[in-house]
Amino acid sequence: MAISPSDTTALIHARGLSKRFANLVAVDAIDFDVDRGEAFGFLGPNGAGKTSTMRMIGCVSTPSSGTLSVLGMNPITDGPRIRARLGVVPQADTLDMELHVDENLFTYARYFDIPRDVARRRAKELLEFVQLNDRAKDEVEPLSGGMKRRLTIARALVNEPDLLLLDEPTTGLDPQARHLVWDRLYRLKQQGVTIVLTSHYMDEAEQLCDRLVVMDKAKIVASGSPRSLIDRYATREVLELRFKIDAAPALDGKLEGIADRVEVLPDRVLLYTQDGDAAAAAVHERGLQPESTLVRRSTLEDVFLRLTGRSLIE
Amino acid sequence: MIAILAGRRPAQVPAARRASHLVERNAILYRREWSLIVSGFFEPLLYLLAIGYGVGSLVGSAVTLNGHPIPYAAFVAPALMATSAMNGAVYETAFNFFYKLKYVKLYDAVLATPLGVADVALGEIVWALIRGTLYALGFLIVMAGLGLIASPWAILALPAAMLIGFTFAAVGTAASTFVRTWQDFDLVLIVMIPLFLFSATFYPITLYPGALQLVVQLTPLYHGVDLLRSLTTGSIGPGLVGDLVYLVVLGGAALLLAAVRLQRLLLK
Ligand SMILES: Nc1ncnc2c1ncn2[C@@H]1O[C@H](COP(=O)(O)OP(=O)(O)O)[C@@H](O)[C@H]1O
Ligand SMILES: [Mg+2]
Repeated sequence: MAISPSDTTALIHARGLSKRFANLVAVDAIDFDVDRGEAFGFLGPNGAGKTSTMRMIGCVSTPSSGTLSVLGMNPITDGPRIRARLGVVPQADTLDMELHVDENLFTYARYFDIPRDVARRRAKELLEFVQLNDRAKDEVEPLSGGMKRRLTIARALVNEPDLLLLDEPTTGLDPQARHLVWDRLYRLKQQGVTIVLTSHYMDEAEQLCDRLVVMDKAKIVASGSPRSLIDRYATREVLELRFKIDAAPALDGKLEGIADRVEVLPDRVLLYTQDGDAAAAAVHERGLQPESTLVRRSTLEDVFLRLTGRSLIE
Repeated sequence: MIAILAGRRPAQVPAARRASHLVERNAILYRREWSLIVSGFFEPLLYLLAIGYGVGSLVGSAVTLNGHPIPYAAFVAPALMATSAMNGAVYETAFNFFYKLKYVKLYDAVLATPLGVADVALGEIVWALIRGTLYALGFLIVMAGLGLIASPWAILALPAAMLIGFTFAAVGTAASTFVRTWQDFDLVLIVMIPLFLFSATFYPITLYPGALQLVVQLTPLYHGVDLLRSLTTGSIGPGLVGDLVYLVVLGGAALLLAAVRLQRLLLK
C-alpha cells in the first residue's frame, strides 16, 4: 500500500497503526485510508481488534505506535476538535439511563456546545428519523434493544458529524430491527455521510460497505470492495454438502478434482466452483449421497474462510 | 505559523464551557428529583437545634473565642454550616459520581464528545460544589434568622462555603475513582463521621492535647470549620490564610488526581 498524494485528502489515514495492552497486541501495524463520502468497513471475528481500532479513531484510546490522522488532525493533540466532528455509536450502548429519551439527545447536543434551541429542534428531527418520536418522554431502560440502538444512532447524528463511526451497529438485534437500522444507515450514506463501521456479519458488510478490510488476529488480511474480495478470494458459486454426522473422514479423496477448492467444516463441506450444479452432478456420479446439497453465490464469509481457515461467527 | 494552523482548525470550546454542559446535564436530572437535594439540608439543621440549643442551654457561655465568651449555638452553627457544605459535596461526588461512572457509564458516552477527562472531573466537582453551596446557603439563612451571625464578615461565609464544597467535591471525586464496590463506601462514612465529630465542631480545638491538635489541623474539615467560624463570629486572624491555602491546595491536587485516574479508567 503506497502512500500517494491523494492520501492527504483522506478523512482517516493510518499507517502502521498499533495498539498494545500490557503484553497483548490488539492491533498490529495496520494501514488503511477512508475517503470522504464512502462507507468503509472492518470485518472480522470477535477479538480481531476492530473495537480497539475504532476507539483510536474516536480519540478515546491512544495509539501505541504508528501514525493516525483523522479529519486531517492528530488524535493525540487535537482530540476535542476531532471529536467535535465525529458521530460515535459504540459497541455497547452508552445511553444516559438517568435521563429520558429526548433528554438524551438534548444533553448530548449540549456536550457539543450546540445552542439550546438548535439542540431541541435536532432532537425532535432525529427522533423522527429513527422512528422514536412517540417515545420522546419515556425512560430509556425499558426500550427494546433495537430502539436503544436507533437512539444511539440518533445521538451520534446530533452534531451533524463529518464522520460516523459505528461499532457493530446491529449485533444482538433481531432481523427486523437490523433491517430498520440498515435502512437508516443507507439513507445517511445517500446523504453523503462518511461511514466507518465494524461488523462480524458478512451480509451487513456486503450491504453497507463500499470498501472494507478483513481483520483477523490484530492484522488486516485483505482489503477491497465486497465484490472484488469475493472475486479475488472465492469462486462464483459454492456447493454446500451436508452429510450424516462424521461422514466427512470417509470423503477422503473422493471429492478431488470436482471443485477448485474444498473446505471441510464440522457440519458441512464447501466446494468452490464456477458451476455449482455441475459439481453437484459430479458428486452424485461418484456415488456420494449427501443429506442435502445447496448451490449458492460466494459471500464474504467464504472470503474470510479462505483467508483464515475459520468461520467469521464461531 | 501557529496563527495559520489555528485558523485552519475549527475553534475549540473553552474548558469551562465544556465542563458547564455536564453541570447542565445534572441540573436537568435534578429538576425531577429535587427532593433528593432538599433532604440533605435538614441533617445539620437538626444538629443545630439538638446540640446548639439543647446542649447549649447546659453549657451556657462557657465557650470563649479569642478570650470573648460567645453563645454556644453561635459557636456550633458555623461548624455545622461547614459540615453541610462537606455533606452536599461528598454525597454528590462519592455516591452519585460512582453510580454514573460504574453503572450509568455516563462518561464513556461523554468522552466521545469534545469533553475530556479534565472537563468531566471539573464539571462534576462544580456540580457537587453547587449542591454543597445550596446547603450552606440554606444554613446561612437559618443562622441569620436565629441571630447567630455576629459579624459583617459573614458575607464572605458563602464564598468560603463554596471553597469548602470545592475541596470536598474534588476529594470525593478522586476517592470515588478508587472505589470498587458499594461496600467500599463504608470507608467514606468511617472517614466522614469522625471528621464531623472531631474537627473542633462542638468544642474549641484547644481542648485537645498538643499532639492531637496537630493531627486535627491536618484534616480538611477543621480548616473549613475554622474558616466559617472566623467569618461568622468576626474573629479574623492570620490563621485564615492557612485555612484558605490548605483548602485550595488540597482541592486542586484532588482535581488533578481525579483527572489522572479517570484517564486511566476510561481512556485505555
Ligand atoms: N482495555 C483492554 N485491556 C486489555 N485488553 C483489551 C482491552 N480492550 C481489548 N482488549 C483485547 O484486545 C483484543 C482485541 O479486542 P477488540 O478490539 O475488542 O476486538 P473486536 O472488537 O474485533 O472484537 C482482544 O484480545 C481483547 O481481549
Ligand atoms: Mg468489538
